This record gives sequence, C-alpha cells and structure tokens, in this order.
Amino acid sequence: MPLITSSKTQPSYDVIVVGSGAAGGQTAYTCAMNGAKVLMLEAGRNYDPVKETPMFQTNGTAPLRGERTDEKPFGFYDSTVDGGWQVPGEPYTSASSDPERQFWWWRARMLGGRTNHWGRISLRNGPYDFKPRSRDGLGFDWPLAYEDVAPYYDKVEMLVGVYGGNEGLENTPVSPPGVLLPPPKARAGERLAQERGKKIGLPVIPIHRAVLSVAQDANTIPAKLHPNNPKAQRVLADAMRARQACFWATACGRGCATKANYQSTTVHLPPALASGNLDILTNAMAREVTLGADGKANGVIYIDKVTGAEGVVKGRVVVLAASSAESVRILLNSKSAKFPQGLANSSGKVGKYIMDTVGASLGGQVPLLENLPLHNEDGAGGGHVYVPWWLYKEQAAGKLDFARGYHIEFGTGRQMPGAGTASGLDWLTGGSYGRKFKEDARRYYGSIVGFAGRGEMIPNEDSFCDLDPSVKDKWGIPVLRFHWKWSDHETRQAAHMQKTFAALIESMGGRVRTPPSADGSKAIEPGGKIIHEVGGTIMGPDAKNSVTNQWCQTWDVKNLFITDGGPFVSNADKNPTLTIMALAWRSADYLLDELKKGNL
Amino acid sequence: MDRRTAIKWMLTAAATIAVLERDGVAAEGAPAAAKGYGTDPDLLKAYKPGDVWPLTLDATQLATAAALCDVIIPADAKGPSASSLNVHLFVDEWISAPYDGHAADRKLVVEGLGWLDEESRRRFQIPFVNLIAGQRNAICDDICYAPKAQPQFAKGAQFFKKFRDLTAGGYYTTPEGMKDIGYVGNVPLASFDGPPPEVLKQLGLA
Repeated sequence: MPLITSSKTQPSYDVIVVGSGAAGGQTAYTCAMNGAKVLMLEAGRNYDPVKETPMFQTNGTAPLRGERTDEKPFGFYDSTVDGGWQVPGEPYTSASSDPERQFWWWRARMLGGRTNHWGRISLRNGPYDFKPRSRDGLGFDWPLAYEDVAPYYDKVEMLVGVYGGNEGLENTPVSPPGVLLPPPKARAGERLAQERGKKIGLPVIPIHRAVLSVAQDANTIPAKLHPNNPKAQRVLADAMRARQACFWATACGRGCATKANYQSTTVHLPPALASGNLDILTNAMAREVTLGADGKANGVIYIDKVTGAEGVVKGRVVVLAASSAESVRILLNSKSAKFPQGLANSSGKVGKYIMDTVGASLGGQVPLLENLPLHNEDGAGGGHVYVPWWLYKEQAAGKLDFARGYHIEFGTGRQMPGAGTASGLDWLTGGSYGRKFKEDARRYYGSIVGFAGRGEMIPNEDSFCDLDPSVKDKWGIPVLRFHWKWSDHETRQAAHMQKTFAALIESMGGRVRTPPSADGSKAIEPGGKIIHEVGGTIMGPDAKNSVTNQWCQTWDVKNLFITDGGPFVSNADKNPTLTIMALAWRSADYLLDELKKGNL
Repeated sequence: MDRRTAIKWMLTAAATIAVLERDGVAAEGAPAAAKGYGTDPDLLKAYKPGDVWPLTLDATQLATAAALCDVIIPADAKGPSASSLNVHLFVDEWISAPYDGHAADRKLVVEGLGWLDEESRRRFQIPFVNLIAGQRNAICDDICYAPKAQPQFAKGAQFFKKFRDLTAGGYYTTPEGMKDIGYVGNVPLASFDGPPPEVLKQLGLA
C-alpha cells in the first residue's frame, strides 16, 4: 500500500487518520505495524525529504540570502511547504482587533506537517505537569499520571531517537538506561553559560532533541518496541538501518536527507508504508467526519485539492490528528441532527481552552567570546544544552508572582552566516566602516548570544476558537475564529524570563542589547507565535466537562479519536511534540485493543 | 531625486527613526508589483539577484551602490571587496523584493544613493563614484553612526546604517565572506568534539 490518488482508495479501512505529522504519523505507525488497514489523509502535497532537503546549501545561493519572508517565515531553506502563519486561500479570523488579543495560527500543508521543520526539542512532561491543579489550584489535572505515559515516552524515544542526559532534576524525568542517545558536547558559549550560570543558580544541562547523535541500535530496539510481532520488528529494523547518524552540519529546520533527525516523513511513514498496511492520500483536505445512523463515525468527506472535487472515504474508526485547531475545525464543521453544535461536542467544550507556550527572549554580547580561535560550531543543528525550570521551591513558597515554570533555550555560536550576520553592530562598533568594520565583524562574530524562554500557559476561559459566522476558505469550508487573552501569570512570567536572561548575560561578562522589560505584556510573544498550540478538545474524567477520555477517545462517539495536541489540558513548558507522540501511541494501543474486542 | 525629496532630506532635524521605519510608501522608480517565489519554491536551485523579481537600480545608481559597498567592505588580506562579489546586486535584489518592509528599504536606499551623489557634488563638485578615498570618507564619517550624526545628517545616517547591514549580509554569505569572517562549518564530521582546547583555555574553562 503506498501513496495513492483519490481513485485508488479501498472501499473501507480499519482506521482513517486525518493528518500526517507527529500525531498522525505515530497513530498510523502504531496501527499499521499491528496489522490494521489504515488510510491517512494529508491536506498538503507529498514531500520527500530525501530528495528535497537543501543539505549544505549556503545562504548566498538563496533569494535574499535566505532571509525570512511572508512566504517562507522561517527563511528560504526552512523545509516548510505551503505553510506559515498565513496560508494563501485558507484564512482564519480574530474576534478582536486588539493587537494583544490576536492568535497566530501556524500550518504546514505538506506530508509530515510541522515535523519537517520543528526544533526537535523532546522534553518529557514530569509528574507535576499532569497534576497542575492539585499543586496550585489553577487549570485542570489530567485524567492520567506520569506513570501512565512513561512507558510510551520510553517507546517513542527509542523509535524516533532522542539525545539527552539524565540529570534527575526536579520534575525533569530520567529515561531508563539505554533509551536516550548520548548528548553532543556543549559549544563554547554554552560551556561558558554553564559555568557562569551555576553562580546565579541556573542548572545548564544537556537538552533532549530528536537527533541521532549515534546510529540507532537496529538489532535490539525493534524487539523491545514490537514484542511478539516479527514482521513489525523486521520492517522497523530495515527502516532504522536506512537512517544515518548526524554528520554535524545542516540546520535541522531544513529537514534531513540522511534521516538523522526525526520527521514523520523519514521515521514514522517509511516503516508504516513498508508494513503494507498504510495508504496515504495527499492533497486531501478533510472537511467533516460523517456519522452513521448507529451514532458511530463512518468516514470522512474531503476536498481533493488538485481537482476541487469532493470525495468520501469510509472506515471503522476515525482518528483526527490534523493539529489541535484544525481538528476542532473539522469537528465544528461536522454538524448533524444529533450534534447540531458539532460532532462530539455535547459538552460544548470543543474549541475551548486553547493554549500556546509563553515566549520571550533577550540578546547580548559577550566579550570573552570575541576573537576565539576558528572552530566548527555547527553541531547538531540546534541547541545542545538548556536550563530546565529551576524555581519549584521558590514558587511553592509564594516567592514568585506567577504560577508555572519555563525553560531556557540557547542561541550561541559561530553559526552559518545569514543576511543578518554582522548587521546591527553599531551599538558595539560606534559605526565603523571599511577595514575597521571587517575587523569588527570578525571580532564580534560568535560573541552574540541569545536566550529564549519557553513557559507554561494556564488554560483560561478567554482563549478559545469557534467557527467564523461568515468567512470561508477557498474550498468553501467555514474557517476558525480565534479569541485570545494572556493572564497575568503568563505576562509576569515573560518579564521574569527577560530579567533572568539579562542576569545570565551579565554573569558571562556580557552586556544586553536592550534592557529587559519590566512590563511582561511588552516582553511576551503573541499567542501562537511559538507554534505550540494545544487544547481545544481537552480530555477529562467525565463527558460533561471534557471532549475525550484519557485514551483520546471522544465521549460522544466511541470510534472517534483525537490524537494531536487537542486533548492536552495543560501545556507544560516542555515542548509538546514528544508528549503528543507518546499519547498518540498509547491511544492507538487502546484503539487496536478495543477494535479487536469489538467495542468500537 | 526630485527637489521636494531633496529638501526633505536636507531638513531632517525633526525626522525620527520611527517615522522613517513606518514609511511604507513606494520609492520613485519602484518596479511594478512583482511576485515573490511563492510558498513552495525549488530549494535546490542556486539563485542570483534578478532571477525571481525584477531589479530596481539603473547603471548610475548601481555604480554608486558598488562604490559605497567598497567603502564599507574593501579588500584586505582576509577577503576581497564587496563589489567584486556583486554585493551591490544583492542590495538591489533586497530593495526590489515584493515582501513586507522591502518597499520602505527601497525608498530609503534609492533616495539615499541620490542624496550621496548630491552631497558629493555639493562638497566636491563630482559624483560619489569619482571621489578619492579621503573624500568618500569625509562624507561617510558624517553619516556612519546615527547617534552621533549632526541633525542635517540624521536621514543620511539612517540610510548608511541600512546600507551597511545589507552590505554585510550580502558579503558574509558568500564563500569568500564566510571564510573572511571565520566560519569553518558546513562540512560533514564523523563526530562533534566540542570546543578545541585552545578555545576552552581562552575562556578560562580548560
């Protein structure tokens, strides 16, 4: 079973999966490797990183030296196809004109979705992160605990390949021996921050990223992931052997032709296709889930974006993995006599409690890093270290004016020059030009550092999405309208971030480019800008106040599942992708079991 | 440059950076609405200025731009001059791009190049390209650092800052420029060993 066109779909499938990113990839992988016949619908085009990734291209060969534009918001060589905060012909709207109440919705219309370009940061939620309300009375607890998810974190880390360390810091889980790959050594600026950060109480430790720092162990991992399933073991072993270890060049955001990092298109989909149990239909824009007379979902109506024609596919189970907001949109557009407010929405909670990550950053310059002997700092195409949230005790003691934590990501080093290299140096040079400017450019290159905070947002009643009453996309499908508001917890956290980064830069002997803002609403990035949107179909202990149960199965329609970030009831500072995959695998195991028992 | 614009540039005492950056009006000589490379461009092809959208500058403006590029980045022992690597064509590509923000840069750079020639004629009676190094520097010294520029040079300083940033971005992204600045990556390695001992020593971390 392969990539197919509309005319080649089978009359019916065991499972239809809408979406091909982290959630869709993992769901389809687990189902297909266990023998279920799966159809995957992807709204964007087919995309093959092996053939399409610009490995080793330098910015000098790109338009505008690779600088970001509206059409390539992360730069020319970013892997994103037909995506960004705006997608032509596929608008969304905002309920408010207030600039502080906008939500920026990122989409990528391509096979593999956002996994092709993401930062590969793969942090586990800790035990606290699943029970936040029990700790501080805010938001919601998850209807599951860390122990329920931990075995799936192990599996996902082994499958996709994650480098990192096991320091055992508070609420920062360790992985069992042999699960993580060795972390790369810290770069010069990262080492300096590690040394100096200690003095102001910041623990700088190896970050976890989905990059193969060494080749995976294809001889032992498949049997651990698929016991008693020789075919899955064989297929996975072959797929693992087709991946190479990182060769320490080419930024991960471009994608990876040698499959050294995780993207759905190089890690989940090849073995799932090789199992013979997966069909993939690209350019298929899901519009609605159809409901049978028995009250069960029985298929999906989609638009073939090539022909504009409407198509229908049938399945015994439907899984939405279209990204949390897109899955909300599909549910709200799936109206029927039984569900006039949208499918699986008897609680009225579909679209509620959307969350992003709190983001703020600060940059500076560190004289100690000037004029270092030339050396290669490309590394793993992303950060090698980070600072996990370190103020749990201060927070518990009421010493902070916000409720939840953040971690710190690093931008340091002698990175491949781009359009912004050696620009804006006049605050350091006093406006040099000529030979002096060339000396200054060499001197300051590699001495510029930047720190970014990624923090937890608490779900609130003012942040949600619904259908715009009038606007439709180019396919005639009603679009989402976003409502957004940060609370003081988030804006105060953003101010704390900037203050901390200033202290860190100064501890390194550096000076900040601009002073930290005491007003967090000035420091915080707009909602959606960090591209960690989750929530909208939250899970919970009962059908009254949530959309799904702990298995990502909707309360209202038992053969309908949502495995993207939608069921998240909190958005810990740990970037969501690893947790999305772990929960998708767990959900798929449950789904397969229920299917076997005849319960769906 | 028309007379009205020229006068505006002379009387910039009241002009602020903020006003300038908000100024999105199309420049004189701006190309007709051009299209960008779209949301799914070929990433494996090598592009050069003019391949995707038409360029803006005429021969005189290009010559002035090339001369200014070399005032900012001349040849030295570690690398060639900016114009020898066609960085002035990148500047033209940048100011001609059909994306948000580029129209303001186009206006600033086109007007700035015109102003540079006028200032050159005013002081030395010949265009900027014909000045000797000392004369070029005499003008550039007045506009190279916005915080210290005299009020009548405030807008010239804003232009110079933008032009220097573009020149640097264009230069240091070429193979020669990457070598000049000391970038030695983008090569496959069998292992990543972290900073070499001499680096750690310099940082006091050895």
